[in-house]
Amino acid sequence: MMTTAPWLTVLALLPTVGAIVVLLGSSAAAKFVALATSLVTVVLAVVLTVSLRGGGGMQLVEDAMWIRPLGAHYALGLDGIGATLVLLASIVTPVVVLATWSDYDRTPDGGLSTVAAGETARYDSKIFYALVLAVQTCALYLFLATDVFLFYVFFEVVLVPMYFLIGGFGPGARRSYAAAKFLIFGLLGGFVMLASVIGLYVASADAGKASYLLSDLSGLTLGTGQERWLFLGFMFAFAIKAPLVPLHSWLPDAAEQSSPGGATMMVGIMDKIGTFGMIRFCLGLFPEASQWATPVVMVLAVISILYGAILAIGSKNLMRFVAYTSISHFGFIVLGIFVLTRQTLTGSTFYMLNHGLSTAALFLVAGYLVKRRGSANIDDFGGVQKVAPVAAGLLLFAGLSTLSLPGLSSFVSEFMVLAGTFGKHPAYGAVATLAIVLAALYILLMYQRTMTGPVRPAVADRVTDVTVRERVAIAPLVVLILLLGVYPKPVLSMIEQSTTLLQTSVGVSDPAPLVGGTR
Amino acid sequence: MGTIAAPTIGYALLLPFIVIFAAACVGILVEAIVPRDLRRAAQLLLAFVAVGVALVVTISNWSAGGDVVVGVASVAVDGPTSFIWTILLVFGAVSFGMFAERKVTAGVSAFAPMAAAVPGTVAEREAIEDRREHTEVLPLALFALSGMMLFPAANDLITMFVALEILSLPLYLLCGLARRRRLLSQEAAMKYFLLGALSSAFFLYGAALLYGYSGSFLLSGIDDAIRNGVAGTGPQGTGLLLAGMGLMAVGLLFKFGAVPFHSWTPDVYTGAPTPVTAFMAACTKIAAIGALMRVFYVALGSDRWDWQPLMAVVAIATMVVGSVLAITQTDVKRMLAYSSIAHAGFILTAFVGASQAATGAREGQLTSVSSVMFYLVAYGAATIGAFAIVTMVRDSTGEATQLSSWVGLGKRSPAVALVFSVFLLSFAGIPLTSGFIGKWSVFASAWSGGLHWLVVVAVVVSVVAAFFYIRVIVMMFFTDQPVEATGAGTAGAEVVRPGWTTLLAVGVGVAATVVFGIYPGPLLGLAQQASEFIR
Repeated sequence: MMTTAPWLTVLALLPTVGAIVVLLGSSAAAKFVALATSLVTVVLAVVLTVSLRGGGGMQLVEDAMWIRPLGAHYALGLDGIGATLVLLASIVTPVVVLATWSDYDRTPDGGLSTVAAGETARYDSKIFYALVLAVQTCALYLFLATDVFLFYVFFEVVLVPMYFLIGGFGPGARRSYAAAKFLIFGLLGGFVMLASVIGLYVASADAGKASYLLSDLSGLTLGTGQERWLFLGFMFAFAIKAPLVPLHSWLPDAAEQSSPGGATMMVGIMDKIGTFGMIRFCLGLFPEASQWATPVVMVLAVISILYGAILAIGSKNLMRFVAYTSISHFGFIVLGIFVLTRQTLTGSTFYMLNHGLSTAALFLVAGYLVKRRGSANIDDFGGVQKVAPVAAGLLLFAGLSTLSLPGLSSFVSEFMVLAGTFGKHPAYGAVATLAIVLAALYILLMYQRTMTGPVRPAVADRVTDVTVRERVAIAPLVVLILLLGVYPKPVLSMIEQSTTLLQTSVGVSDPAPLVGGTR
Repeated sequence: MGTIAAPTIGYALLLPFIVIFAAACVGILVEAIVPRDLRRAAQLLLAFVAVGVALVVTISNWSAGGDVVVGVASVAVDGPTSFIWTILLVFGAVSFGMFAERKVTAGVSAFAPMAAAVPGTVAEREAIEDRREHTEVLPLALFALSGMMLFPAANDLITMFVALEILSLPLYLLCGLARRRRLLSQEAAMKYFLLGALSSAFFLYGAALLYGYSGSFLLSGIDDAIRNGVAGTGPQGTGLLLAGMGLMAVGLLFKFGAVPFHSWTPDVYTGAPTPVTAFMAACTKIAAIGALMRVFYVALGSDRWDWQPLMAVVAIATMVVGSVLAITQTDVKRMLAYSSIAHAGFILTAFVGASQAATGAREGQLTSVSSVMFYLVAYGAATIGAFAIVTMVRDSTGEATQLSSWVGLGKRSPAVALVFSVFLLSFAGIPLTSGFIGKWSVFASAWSGGLHWLVVVAVVVSVVAAFFYIRVIVMMFFTDQPVEATGAGTAGAEVVRPGWTTLLAVGVGVAATVVFGIYPGPLLGLAQQASEFIR
């Protein structure tokens, strides 16, 4: 039964259906529809993931000709790497829905909800949840696509709902600016990638049969120069999305000016497209060029790791703070990808899942507090743990997950990346390890500044502890972070089967015999 | 000797053009014969029936197949011609629907009641009170349409010149007929006329020089001369060829609105009545690029090494100037004018690429001509739709073309703002709209033609172009109206519900933009059938 129906299409389109129902229904019903749809999506995503057979190749494959003259197929497939991210996108969405449950409801007199002092949201909950579901659909398509053209289409399209999510619901006066900056960076990456996408088409047409299927393209023989140029186009777009220093500057602004829910969708899910794309397309289509670029990419990754961490320490705004920690973490993920051992590739993929979970927790819990306090400035907090102990506890948990405390899931992935890096490039590993110290520093400093110390009057007045609904929303994240920290094996073995295949196709082997050199 | 063979004309194949031209002539008679009350209805009926008949004939001729040169070798009815005729007729009909609109303007048309009356005089006021109307606009537009059909189909330079004049003269008139802001409109018409006349002179001079070089007005004759060399021509002959080519290019690029021959575009687009602007922006561009490609591929294709570098420069300049200047515009129509310049530049990238069978394009690959054809559909649909929306957004002074009065439109009229956003996203080349597939196609043709660097320039310019489209979306959805500054007089524009003909224009635009964005395969297949000019 599982093999006949186009299950992946059903999975990817479920949120779209939900979004349409949300738009057609009343504002009051929006959140219920959104929650129901996203829960069904989770169930289906889990069932499909569990049903994957071993081997690591693409499964549940769908392939139909879409645009014949362009060689574009409507082709979907699920492998271990994609499944990890599909799970992430499915799990985080209902959490976001529940965490923002009544944030954008209309006020009793029909006005729009307040998102910051003197600022209202531009739209009500109906639009918010429709946009969240739209982002989810795009993300699912991106993680499932096995056709470059299909991937590209959603790579660009996702910018539109995300843009409205930032510009329409962010707190603060600079949200339009931040949304525009986000869009310009996204479009720049997207259009540069378009040149490479077109180049791939011409290359495959020259080879005899124009096709955008990954399976057809990976067999293509490209000239060295050609491959490197095409690789650069893709890499540029992914490095903006993932964000890698020096292309990162949009992220702190976008996160600061986003609503917590929007920031979670953006950093938690959407930015993973960048690192996922590096694995799927940069390594999958341009293996030689990827190895050619490795030194530069690794240097940038290490710079991102340290730079993000240092800026996080100095950050004055909670949302911005989370954005900088994410830049640091994306550095780790990229490092792991380009070290190109099975261990680091697996670690990086797992890292994407863990980073998504812990960032979601961090953004959403911070969002609870910011909403109550009416400010995201770190200096405006202080002593929160005395008035809101559960909220402080949740924030601490999310923070510890971010600094990769042993026993939590992110520790496993960070350890895999670092250990693998040491095995192949000890110098990079050594520098990157510094970030562990910095991470402890930024998390604990942030916690100390906001949660401990004397209770500030404004905090005492306004901050109350989290409600049951808010706790329930975060609970799945906490459970998963703990569970995967103690018993990551099922996910890791699923990922590993696919990364092993990938390694074979890239043509690198693990470094046991290669320590200390690249020969 | 002695017998004169009767020339074969091929009336059946020329019928679409003949029908439109005849309908325009009949339209003039209608003005003379039919009582005033019935004229508008009669003209509309005539125009739509003519376009409908022409469309049916074009399609049936096309599906019967066969590329032939008819009318004593003066007209080439081939794949590109049929494709261009089809889209010209469709877009023409849709624009005529906008011409017929009277509801948004409280029962009068968008055209001046009496064009000959000096603005602000008693004569004008009387004409307004009389509720007079220039129903001649439809025959004029039909003449222009017939010229547009002949222009890209012309197989010799003389026919092409005649077609150029048939299409231009009625347009000069139509531009000066705006009901509101009449001085601007007349200025636009004057400017367009003077510059257009100048460019026609360039075209004619170029044609003469090419004749001097090759001894033929036929495109294929010029091609033969270039391929085989002309007896007795040395460096002097090459000089004739190059000069002729350059002058022809000036004339054609002027009509196409390419930099540096673009300076008329913003003024004319702004001054002309909006339905006319929509008609010009969509249809004139189609005709002009069709003719440009035919001349440069068929007649001058063998000498493309000489014109490609220069055209590449023109393409870049057009993209850059159009996109960058659009950013600074504060008027919707002016912004759309610069955007049309930018799109001309994107289309030119495929033109410069010249990826045709003759230059080694593979079977089944999109040629430059096919990708331009698709782009024209995408661009035309979005353009007509966008201008139709412009006619609907009004304030007390008429169309509210100031961008500042569009602020917050997303709040007041979400549906209209959403539809306009779809057009803007298509212009910007965001996927799932036809504009994206169009962009992909033209860039792919340029790349296939070996111009990788031009594609890279074009994608970077695309970001700039996307920026100013998005800026309008931001204005409509994200910018709050400054409440204090909003006095009664400066209130933002409101959307006036138009009649069904204008709604049809919007509907066709949206449908084409979305359907060809999600499922472009069939249309691309048709465009592939129109991939090569007959020689």
